[in-house]
Amino acid sequence: MADLIIYIAAGVALLGVVLASARMVKGPSVADRTVALDTLTVITISLMAMIALFAERVIYLDVALVYGILSFLGVIAVARYLEGGL
Amino acid sequence: MEWYRLAGSILSLLGAMFLFLGALGVWRMPDVYNRMQTGTKSTTLGSILTLFGLGVYHPQWMGQMLILMLFIAVTNPISSHALARAAHHIGVPLTKKSVVDELVEEEPPQESMAEMEEV
Repeated sequence: MADLIIYIAAGVALLGVVLASARMVKGPSVADRTVALDTLTVITISLMAMIALFAERVIYLDVALVYGILSFLGVIAVARYLEGGL
Repeated sequence: MEWYRLAGSILSLLGAMFLFLGALGVWRMPDVYNRMQTGTKSTTLGSILTLFGLGVYHPQWMGQMLILMLFIAVTNPISSHALARAAHHIGVPLTKKSVVDELVEEEPPQESMAEMEEV
C-alpha cells in the first residue's frame, strides 16, 4: 500500500515535469526558459530520490545532489550571461 | 513496521502535490517574476517534503536526505534571485497588471545613497 502511494507521488511529480517543460518550450523570454529549467531540476531531484528508493540503491541520492549542484551553477551562469558579465 | 512507511509515503505524496502546484504556477503565471516565485517557493517546499517523506519511509537514508534538503533550501533562492536580477537588468517587461516597479528608480548607479534614503 505504501509503495502504491509513492508511485502516485511519482506520477504527480511527472505531471509537474510535463507542465514545466511546456513552459520551457513556450516561454517567450530566456528567463522563462531558465525558470522552467530550474523547476524541472528540482522536480527531477525528488524523482531521483524516489527512484533511489525503488531501485534500492543509495548512490542515486549522490547523483541527485550532483545534478542539483550542476543545475544551480547552470542557472547562475545563465544569469551572469544575461547580465553580460560572463 | 508498516506505520512509518505509510506516513513517509503520505508525506512524499504531499510534497509531490506541491511540486505539481509549483509547475502549474510556472505555466499559468502572467510574467517571468511571478513564474519565478512559484517555480522556486513551492517546488522548494515540495522537494523538502518529498525528501523528508522518503527519509521517513527509509530511515537509514535520512542523513543523505537531510543533506539534499539543506542543499535545495540554500541554493534555490540564490539561483532564482540571481535570475530575477538578470531578467530585470535585460529589461524583461512586467505584466500589465503589476502596479509599481520598485527596482526601476535604483537602476542609475550614479545616484548617491543619501537621495535613495529620502525616497
